[in-house]
Amino acid sequence: MKKAKVNQTECVACGVCKKACPRQAITIFHGIYADVNEDFCIGCKKCQKVCPASVIKVIQKEAAL
Amino acid sequence: MKKWNEYLWIFSAVYLTLGFFNILFAWIGLICMLTPLLLSIVGKGKIYCNSYCGRGQLFEFLGGRLKLSANRNIPAFIRSKWFRYGFLTFFMTMFGVMVFSTYLVFNGTNNLQEVVTLLWTIQLPWNWTNTAAVSPWVAQFAFGFYSVMLTSTILGLLTMFLFKPRSWCVYCPMGTMTQGISMLKYRGKVK
Repeated sequence: MKKAKVNQTECVACGVCKKACPRQAITIFHGIYADVNEDFCIGCKKCQKVCPASVIKVIQKEAAL
Repeated sequence: MKKWNEYLWIFSAVYLTLGFFNILFAWIGLICMLTPLLLSIVGKGKIYCNSYCGRGQLFEFLGGRLKLSANRNIPAFIRSKWFRYGFLTFFMTMFGVMVFSTYLVFNGTNNLQEVVTLLWTIQLPWNWTNTAAVSPWVAQFAFGFYSVMLTSTILGLLTMFLFKPRSWCVYCPMGTMTQGISMLKYRGKVK
């Protein structure tokens, strides 16, 4: 299962990923960094493509049993 | 249906155009500087960047919709804390110099300089605007502030062409400041 992962120490919290997300899985945590709700994330990479700081990577995650 | 705040890029484009007709319109730009700061101080985080930044939307429009952006990844050093806070310091120093030169005109030490300075070095004569209606210092601040706005737009456009549409947001001094304020305000709550 693929999920978006944000490098939160380098995220600039601009909110571009939030706008691009088709599942509203991303919120901006108090203007500090982007936070992905993995329950909603479908790993579509739209956020990765638009992130101006290139701090989002869609990576393979183990499915919860 | 699109919401009203998705059209704020028009405001930014009109603002930059108005400066060519009368420099005094530059004062309106203070809204773009004070609103994000106030919103982050009252705890709204970077809501200005996220939803109301006209400049960000303008870059999104030019780079995204009009496909003027190369969509490359930004070099890692630009998103480093050193670069972001360094650029903020440099930007605020230049802003301070601009406010000081406004003061020198205000107290009569200097005369009004009718120039717009691009990238802190290139001086463009800008003497077609009529500023006789206001005190010289009001006009001086307008020239200085418009220089700041035009310079940052040019830098933003350059990085928009080279990297992703909203690359300016990575090192935008206002964004660095509002994020810093939010970090201070919500320290302890960060995961």
